[in-house]
Amino acid sequence: MIDLLPVLVPLPVLLPLLGAGLALVLSKHSRAQNIVSILILSAVMIISLIMLFGVDAHGPQVVAIGGWEPPAGIVLVADRLSSLMLVVSSLVTLCVLIYALSQDANDDSDETPISVFNPSYLVLCAGVANAFLAGDLFNLYVGFEMFLVASYVLLTLGATAERIRAGVTYVVVSLVSSIIFLAAIGVIYSATGTVNMAQLSERLSELPPDVQMILHVLLLIGFGIKAAIFPLSFWLPDSYPTAPAPVTAVFAGLLTKVGIYAIIRTETLLFSESSLRVPLLIAAALTMVVGILGAIAQSEIKRIVSFTLVSHIGYMLFGVALGTTVGLAAAIYYTVHHIIVQTALFLAIGMVEMRGGSTSTRSLGGLMVLSPALSIIFFIPALNLSGIPPFSGFIGKVGLFAAGFSDHDWLAVSLIVAGTVTSLLTLYVIGRTFNLAFWRDPADAEEPNDELVAEFAERKKAKLAGKPWKSQIGVPGSMFAATTVVVIASIVLTVFAAPLWGMANRAAENLQSPVGYVSDVLGGDGS
Amino acid sequence: MTVPFIMVLAMGFLFACGIYLMLERSLTRVLLGFILLGNGVNLLIILTAGRGVPPLTDGKNLSTEGMSDPLPQALILTAIVITFAVTAFLLAMIYRSWRLVRADSLQDDTADLRVAITKMIDSEAEASTDYDDTEFGDEAESPITGAIDLDDDGKPHEREDGEVSTDRAKSGAGKARTGTTSANKDGRGSEGTETEEKK
Repeated sequence: MIDLLPVLVPLPVLLPLLGAGLALVLSKHSRAQNIVSILILSAVMIISLIMLFGVDAHGPQVVAIGGWEPPAGIVLVADRLSSLMLVVSSLVTLCVLIYALSQDANDDSDETPISVFNPSYLVLCAGVANAFLAGDLFNLYVGFEMFLVASYVLLTLGATAERIRAGVTYVVVSLVSSIIFLAAIGVIYSATGTVNMAQLSERLSELPPDVQMILHVLLLIGFGIKAAIFPLSFWLPDSYPTAPAPVTAVFAGLLTKVGIYAIIRTETLLFSESSLRVPLLIAAALTMVVGILGAIAQSEIKRIVSFTLVSHIGYMLFGVALGTTVGLAAAIYYTVHHIIVQTALFLAIGMVEMRGGSTSTRSLGGLMVLSPALSIIFFIPALNLSGIPPFSGFIGKVGLFAAGFSDHDWLAVSLIVAGTVTSLLTLYVIGRTFNLAFWRDPADAEEPNDELVAEFAERKKAKLAGKPWKSQIGVPGSMFAATTVVVIASIVLTVFAAPLWGMANRAAENLQSPVGYVSDVLGGDGS
Repeated sequence: MTVPFIMVLAMGFLFACGIYLMLERSLTRVLLGFILLGNGVNLLIILTAGRGVPPLTDGKNLSTEGMSDPLPQALILTAIVITFAVTAFLLAMIYRSWRLVRADSLQDDTADLRVAITKMIDSEAEASTDYDDTEFGDEAESPITGAIDLDDDGKPHEREDGEVSTDRAKSGAGKARTGTTSANKDGRGSEGTETEEKK
């Protein structure tokens, strides 16, 4: 079992890449292509689960690619944090894939050419896994580029005017962030002579504080754009909503969190000595408040949820910026929660769009009566997002606030106030959305949708006459099933909150002592 | 490690030009800016290797004295390939954008504009509802339905009574609220036809 673990570590990167190649070869046979993609991602999920339990029991696994021992060669490192992120990301990517494929199968319009979708999607998964496992800074960059280039393709699928417009902003902003990251790597290399993260952890702390600060800020700006931290978040609500629903779901769920993951690594492993606590806390507060204020102004559900996504990135940054073990543990738990909930919400919104013909709160209405199952599937993650008690959003926020209080600092306490206000405003936004799109009579909408109005009237008539009327979900069963799985996963986060919190806590403890990571990677000579 | 000053200067120049070009609205300039920026970063990485002889030995003397650092050269290869691929993608996207909208510039986000316009109309509509039945009703309403006309000459567009009454008839109940939506619909309708023409 222990011998097997190092073999598993590179597989979450290798298998999807292999699958992408196979899917390209099979591009004429969409059925075979789909089977390959689903099998590959299921395998990745099982491997990630085994890795998580293995790593938790036997400590971090380090694999030197091609037998080049660190620090000379490329290393993949699977510790608790990266395996946990891998498990969540593989679950989400698998569910979104199933959702996307069943949507495609039922979509008559050729807006999403399936032969391009599968390979790019698998490359995206490989890139995300590579970023989580990367043990050196340049490999992290390569992971970022892999999923970014795949995301460019996915975001502009079908190349309609609207998507190209959004794609241009997204691609250019991402390129700028990549270039800043790459420049940071160049400068760090010339300052320290290595890109291996374990070795960097030792050497960076020997640099003069001002040089450290420059390198630190440079890296954080690069990652901050990816993670959509205010004031670097402007691009996100502009570009995400135009993509196809499953693509938006996986982007919103995963890609920003990869940025957060990179920030966690930067703060704990690379720059544990130089602290940017105050600016990061302020950025976290602004991200929360400005993001949610943006959401209030919107009328498209996709845009509303994109703005809340930006806003809730602030919570994770809050935990990371605190820098304590409790804060990090809460940030990790919150990240896991947010990946799942955000994906579930976007998948549900995709079905709302299919059922109601649009995602604008100006034209939707009556979905609660017309499609109760869909409403519930939307309502659970929506409540979860705003942090209503039984759900994981509440647990994560309580953890964060507790970590903030234990800091005995006015800034941390004002962050708690900002977090509470944001949470209440999220509830307001979600409540208003639900009220408009699900509760009211569709005829009351500003721009009523004739089909919904007719259906609603029919339903009313049937009810008055006492006739049975069967509500229709109006979307393919497998799409609904995939979304349900993600929603159930979000509930599982509540049911198994204690073990998960324990795992997050242990991961945070590992992060707090970079010496352990260094000695694991460099083979004992770390301390 | 010594670095030739002229190369550092060239790197700075590439960065400066690249950033300047990327701030433009024209997509081709953004692309050129990205190419310059990418080359600037590549130059930065290659400069970290320092000047020296190629890292080759004759097999007997294994001293690394005077050699340049080979790792940045390995890194830069990856970076060049990535920059190249992304440039190709950007170029394809810009071409597609040109095909679709016949303009080499970044388009405005219609959803953004809609939110901005809606807020403006809504606030004006709410202000005018109370006066709807008075003689000021017509005057209060005209800026709403004719919001765009205002910009032409900078002063309120004068409306004849007949025009307003047809507007009213269109909006049905004669409330400012419904008037707003009809104006909104019109705005949307014209947008729709525009995009159709573009296609």
